[in-house]
Amino acid sequence: MSELKGWKEIPEGAVIEDAGNSQEYKTGTWRSFRPIWYEERCIQCYRCWTFCPDSSILIKDGKVAGINYDYCKGCGICAHECPKKANAIEMVPERT
Amino acid sequence: MQKFDAFTGNLAVATAMKQVNPDVCAAYPITPSTDIMMIFSDFVANGEVNTELVTVESEHSAMSACIGAALAGGRVMTATSSAGLAYMWELLGVASGLRCSMIMTCVNRALSAPLNIHCDHSDAMGARDTGWIQIFSENAQEAYDNIIQAVRITEHRDVRLPVMVCLDGFIISHSYEKMQYMEDKDVKDFIGEFKPYRSLLNVDKPETFGAMVLPNYYMEFKRQVREGMENARQVILEIGKEFGDKFGRYYSYFEEYMLEDAEVVFVVMSSAAGTVKHVVNNLRKRGVKAGVLKPRVFRPFPHVEASRVLRNAKFICVLDRAETFGGEGGPLYLEIKSALQTDKNNVPVVSRIFGLGQRDFLPIHVENLYEEIEAFFKTGKIKMFDYVNVRE
Repeated sequence: MSELKGWKEIPEGAVIEDAGNSQEYKTGTWRSFRPIWYEERCIQCYRCWTFCPDSSILIKDGKVAGINYDYCKGCGICAHECPKKANAIEMVPERT
Repeated sequence: MQKFDAFTGNLAVATAMKQVNPDVCAAYPITPSTDIMMIFSDFVANGEVNTELVTVESEHSAMSACIGAALAGGRVMTATSSAGLAYMWELLGVASGLRCSMIMTCVNRALSAPLNIHCDHSDAMGARDTGWIQIFSENAQEAYDNIIQAVRITEHRDVRLPVMVCLDGFIISHSYEKMQYMEDKDVKDFIGEFKPYRSLLNVDKPETFGAMVLPNYYMEFKRQVREGMENARQVILEIGKEFGDKFGRYYSYFEEYMLEDAEVVFVVMSSAAGTVKHVVNNLRKRGVKAGVLKPRVFRPFPHVEASRVLRNAKFICVLDRAETFGGEGGPLYLEIKSALQTDKNNVPVVSRIFGLGQRDFLPIHVENLYEEIEAFFKTGKIKMFDYVNVRE
C-alpha cells in the first residue's frame, strides 16, 4: 500500500472522493485458500464467472483464462459451482 | 422588530423550526418532545414551510433518515427525548463521524427503569461523547435562540458537526412563559442559504459515503471530529456575539451570575439555574457572596474559560441532574473538577445530584445546601457527594 496519509490530508467524514477506486485496493491478501484453474479440464461453461462474487474470473477473447489473484478472496464458490464432470478448479491452502 | 408572546418551550422550538424552514424533518415523536413535531406537522400541513416531513417507524430510523438527508445536502432537523435518544445512540456517532450538519432538539427526560416521563439530563449525558455539540437552554427564550444559532454552528465549514439543543422536559417544554421572537425575514437573513460542502445527489461528482475504514485510518477520522469540536469553540462565541448584535440577546459558553466576587459558587445547567439564582439573590441580601455559573455549552466543554471564572471561588457546589453511578460525581461535576485542575486550583468542590425523574428542586433545597457549605467553613467537614431531596 502507498504511504499512509495524516488526518489533515484526508477528506472529512471518510468520504471516498473518487468513483470506482476500489480497484486500487487489492483484497487478494485476505485469502486462506487459493483456487487453481486447470485449462485442460475447463469446459468453458462460465459458471465460475457467473457466480464469482468479486469478478475475479479472468476472461480473454471470450474464454475463461484464469483467476485474478489481486482480488480473489478464496471463497471457493467457483470450485463448488464448477461441474463435477469437469472439476477444473481445485482449492488449495494458501501458503504465506 | 421583535414581538413578545406566550410560548411553551416546545412551541418556541417549533416556531424556530418554522422560521428556519428546514428541507427535511424525520421524527418519531416521544414525550415530552411530542409537541414539537405535532405543532410542526401543522406548519407542514398548512403550507407554512416547504419541509419534507418523514414519519418514520422509530427513532433509529428517524436519525437514519436525517443522516441520509443531511448527506444529500439538505438542512435537517429533528426532535426527541429519553428512550428515543437512547434508541438513536448508534446513529449519533454516524451523524458526527460522517460530518453531518443537522440540529436535534433534545427535550430532556429521565431514562428507564423505573419508567418515568419527567425531566432529567440522563438522556443527553448518555450522548455526551458521541461527537455532537450540546447546548443547554434555561428557558423557552434560550431554546428558541439556541436553535437559530445552532443552524449557523452546525453548517460552519470548520465545524460540520451535528448540534443537540437541550431544554428541560415539562418544566420548560410544557410551561408557558413570555418570550421575544424575531420576524421570519430576520431569521432567514441570519441563517442564510445553506451551501452543502458535499452532496450525495451530486451526479456530476459521485462520491462514496459511509465506507468501512480499517485500523490504519479509523483514528485519523476520529481526530478530525475532535478538530471540528475544537473549532466549534470559536464559532460558538462568534455566532453568539453576532446574534446579540442583531437581536440584543448575547450568548457565550455560560452565564455568569453574580460571579465576579462570588466566594460560594453553584454550578448548574438549564431550568434549575433559575431556582438557584433566586436563592443567590436572597443570600446576597444577607451579605453572602454567592454566585452561579450556568454552563450553556456542554460539548465542547469550555474548561479554560470555566477555570478562569472560578478563580476567586472559595467553595464550589456542582449540581447535576444526571448520575454517573460509580463515577466520582455527576457529569458536570467531572468537567468542572478537571477544569479546575487545568488551573491548579485546589478549591473544595462537591457534587450534588438533584431532580432525577423531575424530583422537586425548590429554593429550600438550595438554602439547605448553602447551610451545609456554611458549616463546612466552620468545621471543614462536608460530604463530597450526595443526593438532594431524597428519602432514606
